Amino acid sequence: MAKQYETVIGLEVHVELATRTKIFCGCSTAFGGAPNTHTCPVCTGMPGSLPVLNKQVVEYAVAVGLAANCEITRNCKFDRKNYFYPDNPQNYQISQLYLPICRDGWVGIETQAGKKKVRIHEIHMEEDAGKLIHDEWEDCSLVDYNRSGVPLIEIVSEPDMRSAEEVIAYLEKLRLLIQYLGASDCKLQEGSMRADVNLSVREAGSGRLGVRTEMKNLNSFKAIARAIEGERQRQIELLEEGKPVTQETRRWDDNKEYSYAMRSKEDAQDYRYFPDPDLAPVHISEAWLQQIREKQPEFRDEKMARYKEEFNIPDYDIEILTSSKHLADLFEATSALCGQPKKVSNWLMVETLRLLKEKDMEPEEIRFSPENLASLIGLTERKVINGSVAKEVFEVLFEKDIDPEKYVEEKGLKTERDEGALKKSIEEIVEANPQSVEDYKNGKEKAIGFLVGQTMKAMKGKADPAQINTILREFLK
Amino acid sequence: MVNRISEETIEYVGILAKLELSEEEKKQAGQDMGRMLDYIDKLGELDTEGVEPMSHVFSMENVFREDVVTNKDMRDDILKNAPGQKDGMFQVPRTVE
Repeated sequence: MAKQYETVIGLEVHVELATRTKIFCGCSTAFGGAPNTHTCPVCTGMPGSLPVLNKQVVEYAVAVGLAANCEITRNCKFDRKNYFYPDNPQNYQISQLYLPICRDGWVGIETQAGKKKVRIHEIHMEEDAGKLIHDEWEDCSLVDYNRSGVPLIEIVSEPDMRSAEEVIAYLEKLRLLIQYLGASDCKLQEGSMRADVNLSVREAGSGRLGVRTEMKNLNSFKAIARAIEGERQRQIELLEEGKPVTQETRRWDDNKEYSYAMRSKEDAQDYRYFPDPDLAPVHISEAWLQQIREKQPEFRDEKMARYKEEFNIPDYDIEILTSSKHLADLFEATSALCGQPKKVSNWLMVETLRLLKEKDMEPEEIRFSPENLASLIGLTERKVINGSVAKEVFEVLFEKDIDPEKYVEEKGLKTERDEGALKKSIEEIVEANPQSVEDYKNGKEKAIGFLVGQTMKAMKGKADPAQINTILREFLK
Repeated sequence: MVNRISEETIEYVGILAKLELSEEEKKQAGQDMGRMLDYIDKLGELDTEGVEPMSHVFSMENVFREDVVTNKDMRDDILKNAPGQKDGMFQVPRTVE
């Protein structure tokens, strides 16, 4: 009988914090600046420059730690991790080894296999490195230090996950917690959230851990799932052939669906960590901790429970609406303005999601305001415009966040309510379609729908089909 | 000298520090490091039972900045420190990914 194997996975997740400035200097963290325009002597490692810690970094790290049920290290400090590489101008990265800011936490995940806890070993603060570009023409490398010193937290899990599904549930959970906190936008594609996967396999039932490998370069949930499956297979094949798994770092190539051992940076990794003498220790007082605790937002689970209580909308809607902080905020703000949560939910669940999918956008990228969506809902409720016109207006609203009242006025999209005008149009349609009139009079209900449709067309869609229906029936009596 | 530093250790430390040492320098460095370790060993004679490890020499804590952008674009000045430059970037010898 073939042996059964179990996959054991732990994750190291790097998250770029949403601060305005870098972790140790007053340089901007804004994305997309021309190379090296967001640099200074501190983040380019000039001798004599001194780092000063950004307070907001500590607050974000503590907030994430609290959300992930961690112990907060009340007296923590920074250490230097030494390595030579041009992306790191100081020749050391400022990180935390001995006293990371958060320890021993957990987050709950839910998969088809049920609920479980993934334990968090630690969360520490550190700085990002610069970006290297290889110049093929001159056979040299070019460095842009704009990202150098951008604050990161690294969230290290225990090896508690057993499948790609669990890994993705864990990442989704972290992403939502952090997005709800506003501590990062957590975009895998753009690198503001990066996951390294530590994976080993062992015979099912064995209490011992196998030799693990670490996989890097995973920039989508799909790539992570494929990389886990690929690496699991590779390790099982090695074991089946009686060969050992080598502990190493591998780079996943998502196009080729294979991982390659990365050439180690010259010899063994020996980071010679030591406390950074340039930075004062951080003491987190009970008062400060309490302040951060009080600022914690309502998280998704709580929000879902409240929506269930407060709004009469289906569970499925609640799940989708709360899956993005921005979508949930938009839902609540618009509902508060127009008092029609069910209608708001419908606009978000149907038209908004459809357009997001069509344009391949994330809910975070929605640009329209709650005021304008509420105003559009008001227009349909007061029957100023009909349903299909509302959808057209919504498409423009989605693109340009227009004021629907003004737009409807300017474009002349109001529903014609004047019976005289409607009757005139109906008369013409009836005259032009004697066969349908005949059919209707012979009891064919379908024929009336056709006539309503023709009248709507003649009115350029700016009428109320129900009103036309009534007038038409009266007319044909 | 109590501490003897092996040639392999000197070789290894040299690689980590990116230093090229002549045979003469290796010998000298070995002796220097041995003496340093002897000196450090003296500290081991102290009774440190119950003493919290010190993390910093100054008695200060919580030195923070507010999260406000204070630096403007100073690329031209920064690039003056570069060994070479191209397209607004630091030009360095080719690195292997």
